Amino acid sequence: MKSAELVEPPVTPQARGTRLKIAGKWAKNGGPLAALFLLTILGAFLNPSFLSWNNLSNVLTRSAFIGIISVGGTFVIVTGQIDLSVGAMAAFIASLMIIVINQFADSGMALPLAIGVGMILGLVIGLLSGLMNGLLATLGKIDSFIVTLGTMGIFRSLVIFVANGGTLTLNPNIREVYRPVFYDSWFNVPIPIWVLAVVVVAGAVALAKTPFGRYCRAVGSNAEVAHYSAIHVNRIRVIAFVVQGFCVGLATLLYVPRLGSASSSTGVLWELEAITAVVVGGTALRGGTGRVSGSIIGALILTMIGNILNLTNIISVYLNGAVQGVIILGAALLQRNSRTR
Amino acid sequence: MSDRSTPILTARNVTHAFGPVTVLHSVSIDFMPGEVHAIVGENGAGKSTLMKILSGILRPSLGEVLYLQKPVKTGDLRTMEDLGVRLIHQELNLAEDLTVLENLFLGEESTWGPFLDEAKMRAKGREVLAQVGLNVPLNTTVRNLRVSEKQLIEIAKAISQRVTALILDEPTATLTRQETAQLFRIIGSFAAAGVAILYVSHRLEEVKQLAHRITILRDGRLVTTQQASELSPGEIVRLMVGRSLNDLYPRKVLATQQTNALEVRDISVPGFVSNASFTLGKGEILGFAGLVGAGRTELWEAVLGLRKISGGEVFRNGEKNRPANYSQALERLRAVYLPEDRKGKGLLVSFDALANYSLLGLKRFGIWFVNERRERNAFEQAVDQFQIKVPDRSMPVNRLSGGNQQKVLMAKILALDPEIIVFDEPTRGIDVGTKAQVYRLIAEMAAKDRACVVISSELLEIIGLCHRVIVMRSQRIVASLEGAEINEDEIMLYATGVKSAQPAFSS
Repeated sequence: MKSAELVEPPVTPQARGTRLKIAGKWAKNGGPLAALFLLTILGAFLNPSFLSWNNLSNVLTRSAFIGIISVGGTFVIVTGQIDLSVGAMAAFIASLMIIVINQFADSGMALPLAIGVGMILGLVIGLLSGLMNGLLATLGKIDSFIVTLGTMGIFRSLVIFVANGGTLTLNPNIREVYRPVFYDSWFNVPIPIWVLAVVVVAGAVALAKTPFGRYCRAVGSNAEVAHYSAIHVNRIRVIAFVVQGFCVGLATLLYVPRLGSASSSTGVLWELEAITAVVVGGTALRGGTGRVSGSIIGALILTMIGNILNLTNIISVYLNGAVQGVIILGAALLQRNSRTR
Repeated sequence: MSDRSTPILTARNVTHAFGPVTVLHSVSIDFMPGEVHAIVGENGAGKSTLMKILSGILRPSLGEVLYLQKPVKTGDLRTMEDLGVRLIHQELNLAEDLTVLENLFLGEESTWGPFLDEAKMRAKGREVLAQVGLNVPLNTTVRNLRVSEKQLIEIAKAISQRVTALILDEPTATLTRQETAQLFRIIGSFAAAGVAILYVSHRLEEVKQLAHRITILRDGRLVTTQQASELSPGEIVRLMVGRSLNDLYPRKVLATQQTNALEVRDISVPGFVSNASFTLGKGEILGFAGLVGAGRTELWEAVLGLRKISGGEVFRNGEKNRPANYSQALERLRAVYLPEDRKGKGLLVSFDALANYSLLGLKRFGIWFVNERRERNAFEQAVDQFQIKVPDRSMPVNRLSGGNQQKVLMAKILALDPEIIVFDEPTRGIDVGTKAQVYRLIAEMAAKDRACVVISSELLEIIGLCHRVIVMRSQRIVASLEGAEINEDEIMLYATGVKSAQPAFSS
């Protein structure tokens, strides 16, 4: 033992602090990760085909929508706000994209170009919708809950209006061209998973390693202190909403080729799933602290529950929502316990 | 309570530990009826812990609390409240969205059948507000009150019920001299009625003036309990810090030739400041005195772009340069502001010291990405420079002592090497040792030709530290005092409006 001590570099107080910090972070992050791990084992135990690459990539692909949206949601929630409009916003973006792409294609534009224009439009509408939510919440001084409750209703109603109460569908020839964006793979990994991975990494780095991310947490923790630290509080809040809008736009680009249609039932309850993913992932709903990595784990947990219920028949698939609800409550209880230690 | 020789409240061998750290070592004190018993000690000496144990908020690890010589159930707020033991918190504990009346009777509402007895509560509420000398409507929302008014509400709330022992933790930290005098009258009348008063304060003049007996704590141990008349302020300080403090205030060194760092002309803030004009010199320590609510904080917030103005201009080097927001003030004026409300405006209490230290001007560690190694190195330097005691680097700052929190805040604003530094109540709620350190630091900054502003309600601090003093009264600058004019009487005459602007003073 003596010799081992001689070899080991002396532990400075700073180094010990860093180690403690890492240990602490692991403990905090460990909850969601452990839950995901347990679910995976449970799934494999109940049905051997659960662990097949086919099924796992299916789970990941299905997680992509909520996963991408929850990355944006993490920023909104960390800044102490909430966005209830994302599901309706996605449906609204999908509707406009379908209309525009069909129009351009009908007027003789090359199909890939028409789709490209539609995709750019989708992202722009997402950004603008987020900007609108953010400006209403900050300059309008309306609580973000109320703002997005209002815009949710507006988006949802506009979808029904432009679809004339029915369903908007991409022309079949266009759909053939657009389809690969969702269904194709690079290196045996479906494109949505690639997009999800890029968004998660970018979001995680932005929140944890940049001044903007630090400002988001500061604003969510105490906006007054942020103001007195020369942080443009409103600007940060608006940017968080714009990031959220961009993520919704991006998720919709992947969603449109999947079904090739949009209707009043598109994106229903996505906002709740996204918020659930964020909270299950360990981000405090009151803001100030959160991690993008946690949110994506949360999204995976939610999708995996549905998948396991589908693959087995111990619990009815109809109880999917109930199981998810239990998970949310469990996560909230665990967070509370870790705080009151 | 006729027997004045039986202690009302007794701490017997009270020991308390937070985890491995023992913060109180077997402390025993008797609190007699009709006696004002002051408890003094540096931050971290264990005063607040002792108060929390006596009032039933904390359960001691060892030892007993006795009421009229009988042991009581410890760590139970309700039991102590029923016995009439009332704690007035250092940190305000009011429901901000409720009215004054609702706060006064929160949990103690008078009822008439299933309904609230508004009339009875109003009458009683008016009575207790009059007792503490506070003149606000009962249906004002507490959020809209000033800190000092909230403090008085806390006191009114405590005395609205039966009181046998009144525990006051730093009650005058936010009060002006008038309000303090009013509070002392209240305390005096309660003591005369046989209530045991436990008084915790950093202000030794007050303690000397008010207390019958003084207990000194140091590092969680009882140093001595003595009659107040037997202790001189110097001795108290020596016993508190375990060494003698030679000079609390550094020597005033005035720059010989002064150049203006800033000129403020006709700044107005609706409801707070009207037409304030003054200059601030390089190397100068400029004091802002006045009663709470005179507009001192608001004036400086307006100058630094933290608050909207309705008119006025700021000049730097003769050019118009009024910042529209605080980050412009940082860049263009090189000016920083130390907020008076440490926890509400200064520090993110749930974040660690490092994140708090670097938050102001975070982009100096990288515009796109925070260089965490450079950030940590800078922080470690600041820890050394300001002698901040951070036992565990990942600990949230609300677990640091008040003095250490203030040092983190100082380090945070001074890290940007500012040229103009505004200190708003820089020593509120911190111990004597740290106070002296803060004063030294301000003097050092001035010696380095920085322009320093000290906004303070502690007159001795203003007098001991400042080269020049501007006095504000109800939204206006009423005097600018220099040299021998800087004394308590002169400042108070202007602050209270007995004397108005002398002809020699013009903007």
